[in-house]
Amino acid sequence: MSDATINSTRQQPEAGFGDYVALLKPRVMSLVVFTAAVGLLAAPVPVHPFIAFCAILFIAIGGGASGALNMWWDADIDARMKRTARRPVPAGKVTADEALAVGVALSGFSVTMLWLATNWVAAAILAFTIFFYAVIYTMWLKRWTPQNIVIGGAAGAFPPMIGWAVATGGVSVESVLMFALIFMWTPPHFWALALFMNSDYENAGVPMLTVTHGRRTTRNHIFVYTLLLAVLAVGAGFTAIGGPIYLAVAVVLNAMFVLGAWGIWRRDEEAAAADKYIVEKKFFKMSLLYLFAHFGAILAEAALRPWGLGGW
Amino acid sequence: MSFREEHELHGRRKGRNIGLGLTLAAFIVIIFGLTVVKVTRGDFEPPRGQVEGN
Repeated sequence: MSDATINSTRQQPEAGFGDYVALLKPRVMSLVVFTAAVGLLAAPVPVHPFIAFCAILFIAIGGGASGALNMWWDADIDARMKRTARRPVPAGKVTADEALAVGVALSGFSVTMLWLATNWVAAAILAFTIFFYAVIYTMWLKRWTPQNIVIGGAAGAFPPMIGWAVATGGVSVESVLMFALIFMWTPPHFWALALFMNSDYENAGVPMLTVTHGRRTTRNHIFVYTLLLAVLAVGAGFTAIGGPIYLAVAVVLNAMFVLGAWGIWRRDEEAAAADKYIVEKKFFKMSLLYLFAHFGAILAEAALRPWGLGGW
Repeated sequence: MSFREEHELHGRRKGRNIGLGLTLAAFIVIIFGLTVVKVTRGDFEPPRGQVEGN
């Protein structure tokens, strides 16, 4: 290759391996891996460690594939938002077509491999999850309704159900409860983010609740959803996935979470702008700890069960 | 003696090729491991009735 050729290709997007990995949204993937692993390990049916490892890997790849499809479809929105402008497609490192190809290929790969490694129920839920995130949420809800993240949150709530299905080959009350926990957690988590990222969504024309109904309404919604989440999360402590450890964690964290939501609800925009949304940012960070701690407690209950300690 | 200086573009391509190579190697290991586990557990053995019928 001559130097002239090198210079001419320099203008074209030529991605490194890391740029393709970034298409898979590794940070979101960590949540998928953790909750799917808890679903798998909390199930009453033991799974061979190597099959469990492969199953979690394929679920993570499936989640990543839906992330790539999201980046393909939302490249225009991502380019207009500060938070997402450096993603591989808007940054010009990977073309939108490549993101589509990676997303479709990895979707097919992950679902097929999960089916071969485990069972068709787990593979079917993974396929539905990818479809729900890429088509129902990304292509339809996100640009259409302020309820986008309420309904779309279901996509992020499926991984523990998939993990449970890997072990049991089916769906049960326990896996539905884990689904419900993430489903109810998603709206306050994302609305808190929207409160301090409001201009981003407004610039991109995404009808987040903050944009369509204003920040006061969003604050009310955060508080109400947090109350509903607290009832569900503490109530789950008395079911098959709960136990003393889970209940203790749930009571403490939900008290803190409701207090945080009340803090968001009681103040107005002037106060929030004055301290640069410190309360909202703190609530958002706490929401991450909240979910990890709840699923960690579910895992602890399941792990202690063989010694007669976990659960009720 | 180096005939030409390596361009940054070549470094990126090299990284991509190594990444892809490692991914494919990992895929082979996974397929091999899954096969070993499933064959050892008897997942591919025909149901008992079918064997007795032969």
